[in-house]
Amino acid sequence: MSEHKMSGHKDSAQAANEAWRMPPKLFSARCAMCWFLCGLIVLTVASFWTLDLQWAKFLSADALRKMGRFLGELLSPSTDSAFLLKLLRAGFETLAMSALGTLLAAIAGILLALPASRSHAADPAHWRAPTRLVLNALRSIPELVWAALLIIAAGLGPFAGTLALAMHTTGVLGRLFSEAVENAPPGPGFALRARGVAEMRVFCYATLPQILPQLLSYTLYRWENNIRAAAVLGVVGGGGLGQMLAFHMGLFHMNETSSILIAMLLLVALVDALSYVARRVMQK
Amino acid sequence: MSHPQATAIAAPQLRDPAWIGRVFWLLAACVLIAPALVVTEFKPWILFEPDALKSTKRFIADFFPPKIDREFMLMVAIECWRTVAIATAGMALAMVIAIPLTLVSTGALSVSALSGRMHTLPLIVRQAVRWLLIVLRSIPELVWALVFVRVVGLGPTAGVLAIALTYGGMLGKVYGEILESDETHSTRTLMRNGAGRLQAFFYGLLPHSAPELTSYTVYRWECAIRSSAVLGFVGAGGLGQQMDNSMKMFQGSEVATMLIVFMLLVALADQVSAWLRKSLA
Amino acid sequence: MRVSLRGLSARHPAATVASVPALKPVTLDIAVGEQIAVIGPSGAGKTTLLHALACALKPAAGSFTLDGVDPWTLPVSQLQKLRGRLFLGPQTPPLPPRQRVITAVLAGRLPRQSLFASLRSLIYPTGIAEAEAALTRFDLAHKLWDRVDRLSGGERQRVGLARVLLSSASLWLVDEPLSSLDPARSRLAIDTLTAAAREAGATLVTTLHQVDVATRFPRVLGLRDGELHFDLPAAQVTPERLRELYAQHEHELLGAPADGGDTPPGPPQTPAMYCR
Repeated sequence: MSEHKMSGHKDSAQAANEAWRMPPKLFSARCAMCWFLCGLIVLTVASFWTLDLQWAKFLSADALRKMGRFLGELLSPSTDSAFLLKLLRAGFETLAMSALGTLLAAIAGILLALPASRSHAADPAHWRAPTRLVLNALRSIPELVWAALLIIAAGLGPFAGTLALAMHTTGVLGRLFSEAVENAPPGPGFALRARGVAEMRVFCYATLPQILPQLLSYTLYRWENNIRAAAVLGVVGGGGLGQMLAFHMGLFHMNETSSILIAMLLLVALVDALSYVARRVMQK
Repeated sequence: MSHPQATAIAAPQLRDPAWIGRVFWLLAACVLIAPALVVTEFKPWILFEPDALKSTKRFIADFFPPKIDREFMLMVAIECWRTVAIATAGMALAMVIAIPLTLVSTGALSVSALSGRMHTLPLIVRQAVRWLLIVLRSIPELVWALVFVRVVGLGPTAGVLAIALTYGGMLGKVYGEILESDETHSTRTLMRNGAGRLQAFFYGLLPHSAPELTSYTVYRWECAIRSSAVLGFVGAGGLGQQMDNSMKMFQGSEVATMLIVFMLLVALADQVSAWLRKSLA
Repeated sequence: MRVSLRGLSARHPAATVASVPALKPVTLDIAVGEQIAVIGPSGAGKTTLLHALACALKPAAGSFTLDGVDPWTLPVSQLQKLRGRLFLGPQTPPLPPRQRVITAVLAGRLPRQSLFASLRSLIYPTGIAEAEAALTRFDLAHKLWDRVDRLSGGERQRVGLARVLLSSASLWLVDEPLSSLDPARSRLAIDTLTAAAREAGATLVTTLHQVDVATRFPRVLGLRDGELHFDLPAAQVTPERLRELYAQHEHELLGAPADGGDTPPGPPQTPAMYCR
């Protein structure tokens, strides 16, 4: 009896040590990482399983030959001067679409950011929830879907593309701007509100000068995004380089396609550089 | 007030010195915007011309009520799953592309750099891999999808491949940045003591940067869902393809349903991704 | 403006109803054109008193009238109009960093300006001479066209004070106007402030950390732990009374801690990402 007791005592002492000595169980119900990994594997397997992916077709000799030919032709871009002139025009169109779309969105964004933000603690902000809902809706529909929708109202061409960019970007910028308004230091606004100055004037004299650099930086950042989006909007009929791309790729003109792709990359690099310069100038 | 400095400065000018600059920049902006307005055929009034207005009205009026019969909703649900599946499969392949390329391109795992400068050959290889990643990610996924639709025909294969290539490039770049930004002391010590590159990666680099890598991957997965829906518009399957079809047929009620479902899907992915990133951090 | 408080108490807007009020019931009368300094250790309720007087804080109990009218019984539009006749100068100068000095000073006239006029003034400042005259009185005229974030803490504070000269308010409530000024500038600032208030016929109430400056005001209020400790003409504020007021806070009596807003705000954060 006493021996049993002894051993039991010893066991429990050992167990206390064991728990410390043993590594934690690899799989436990509380292990977030395990659940995450399991879910991930199930999701991935299920994805590959349910999609009728045509690897055979993709890896067939025919497809590979086609790919090879595409690649070969892509390496020799077209340099026909009449074509390059058209390309230049389309490139400028894309640039103009992205810049104008971003500008319109910045204006609309600031107008929507005002009702979408609670500018001070006592602000009832009745319009905050509905405006944010609108902004979220604008934001969650991608540019390309907006373009496909707007083509019905505005017809094929760069105008629909510009509006599409403006719509989506308004949602993004409106949200970012309203957060900037809410996070602005309250001191200057308080001093004016204490004197009974109305909201619009408080915004112009106290809030806006504080957040303007941030607003400009957000806008430039969105412009960098929009040039990438504008380049492909034409695929659904939104004008610019994308429209040329869809046209030439549809006819398997791979030399022209190659030139268009190079133009897209150059345009993106150009806008990134412009935005970088603008940021540097602003910081001064 | 009797400071010599203050008297030397004298009366300040009573005209705004910034005025000329403001006028100049305003004019410059006008000069830049005017051709942009011309080139983009910016004519808002055409939206309100009777013809355009009529077709818009008909299309919008068709939105209500959204189509919710059983068969159609089942189809939408299946397409939703396909959209998510394309994104997931694409991300899986993107990781298959990105991880080896990252391991090759990371300077932190360079053995020759342990003793001074990196040797020429590894330097060239690393730079070449970085250029490959740049090329992969700077071609938009939509363009890749257009190419693959031509090669393998309409359907999800093109979408998966497009996401795999573009996102492979993006992941490779950001993984590399995350690994490089980490403190490399422990990794270097391991390699100095004779550990192999992969061993040093698993024991030195990965433990430190795993949360950040996972978080970025989850975030990209959320982005992939958005873009897989868009890829449908060029025939790469999923919700986008059905939306494109319905738009071409002017089926407003179907478009309305799918837009709402798409917004919910994006919002859901957003929530799931935010929750995952928070709980894994 | 004539001010009268009857048993007024106030608490911070975030405080619960059950908590001890930051300002315990105070009864006080201030005549038109009077100039008053409010002193007391940190946390005595000086700022709370100013905020209550400025109608920025609704009193928890008691009555409060300005020129015989209780502001909190007025309809909102009337209250806003009344607020335009008050001026509240917070301790840290309420100036947006990238704004220019001229605009910051001209913001003092906003309550008497239409929306259109105030927007127009943003494009090309109207009333440059007015702003320049106000800045000259604080020895800052040469900074008229500079940006606020390029000024020192003391200069910023004086810009904040210059704003009051354009306010055409009849009750000036200034919180710690000297907190980041050196002694010479302090004397100039306080002389300018009192002289300008006298010219405008305005009532001036200012909280101060510098006891020696406060005793140059005709009337001095001592606040401690939210209570009115004394309300005396300056001549009767004896060293004993001051020691009593500042008991356990003697270091503040010897040299006030200068905690001016001298740190310029940091650069804007990098934008949040939205894919791509």
